[in-house]
Amino acid sequence: MLEFFNIFVKSIFIDNMIFAFFLGMCSFLAVSKTVKTSAGLGIAVTFVLLVTVPVNYLLNKYVLQPGALTWISDSLANVDLSFLSLILFIAVIAAIVQIVEMVVEKYSPSLYNSLGIFLPLIAVNCAVMGASLFMQQRDYSNIGDVFAFSLGSGIGWFLAIVGIAAIREKLRYSHIPAPLKGVGITFIITGLMAIAFMSFMGIKL
Amino acid sequence: MSSKNSSLITNPFSKNNPITVQILGICSALAVTAQLKPAVVMAISVTVVVALANLIISLMRNTIPPRIRIIVQLVVVSALVVLVNQVLMAFVYDVSKQLSVYVGLIITNCIVMGRLEAFAMTNKPWDSLLDGIGNGLGYAIILVILGFVRELFGSGSIWGYPICEKLGLYNIGYENNGLVILAPMALILVGIIIWIQRSSDKTLQEK
Repeated sequence: MLEFFNIFVKSIFIDNMIFAFFLGMCSFLAVSKTVKTSAGLGIAVTFVLLVTVPVNYLLNKYVLQPGALTWISDSLANVDLSFLSLILFIAVIAAIVQIVEMVVEKYSPSLYNSLGIFLPLIAVNCAVMGASLFMQQRDYSNIGDVFAFSLGSGIGWFLAIVGIAAIREKLRYSHIPAPLKGVGITFIITGLMAIAFMSFMGIKL
Repeated sequence: MSSKNSSLITNPFSKNNPITVQILGICSALAVTAQLKPAVVMAISVTVVVALANLIISLMRNTIPPRIRIIVQLVVVSALVVLVNQVLMAFVYDVSKQLSVYVGLIITNCIVMGRLEAFAMTNKPWDSLLDGIGNGLGYAIILVILGFVRELFGSGSIWGYPICEKLGLYNIGYENNGLVILAPMALILVGIIIWIQRSSDKTLQEK
């Protein structure tokens, strides 16, 4: 249990998707103008991460890894399909985003209306693809770890985008040099927030 | 090469730069630029992928059903990225290890998807190829600037050559700035590049 908690906290604060790896920066910068929409996008990303990363973990474990196909027959022990992982991961993500979109539309029209425009965009969000690739690279030992990692990454992303959106709402009333207005100052503030998040790096988990 | 075609290549360098003006493809631009060499390798990979994906999608643009175009684009792009990844692993294995997941993330690089949606779906193949090359090079120039500055001030070297040590700067009390290699400084440097660019070109400033 403690191990899951460690991975969870580590992926929120220390290995934060935005401040440590810059994943999902495009939508982070484009959608963070108001707190309300950015919270909606944050929840959607968290949910998609929570579904896609464990599915890709199973795919990696039982199909793609070198020797993963031994559950079919022992003669396939030398097959290494890992070069296909990029194409299969993105296919899984695109398909799941599509399914999530249809399910949400059917069962919760109000949630669909508030998230509607963001859902299709999540398929091409670097954070979702990046989490699957990190999962493959870090070689988690069981699916519980993967759930903890994907939930933590999603919440970390959520916190980051809501934080920057709150700051940008206040910034609208400040005097910023004209060339820095908009994106320029957002980059610099994100940098300062990243410095703040660096203070978690010393924590040993 | 008409003037319209040459502007397709030159516009992304300044007025329509993918990183500083269109704000696309930031993830990889920041993550791989701690040193110059991976930055250059990444820039070349992205240019190749954008140009070829633009060309292929533009050739197919009249036969792709609009409802499933995102999936079609993703398949084309990921096939190209798999090829690039295999080539990098075969010829520059150490750099490919350094770039780690960011090669795979070219698939979801917003520059690629953005140019496919905004340009290749509605333009002829030759124009799309040029647009892809132009945007790839516009991305490359920012990566090279970032990689150069961060490697010089962060590690005291250029392309792995320890220039600060050879000049004897350490003997007179010079220290490398460790913060420049870390994530936050990359963001702040891009902010400064945007600042410089928009100061000289007032039309790009936001209200």
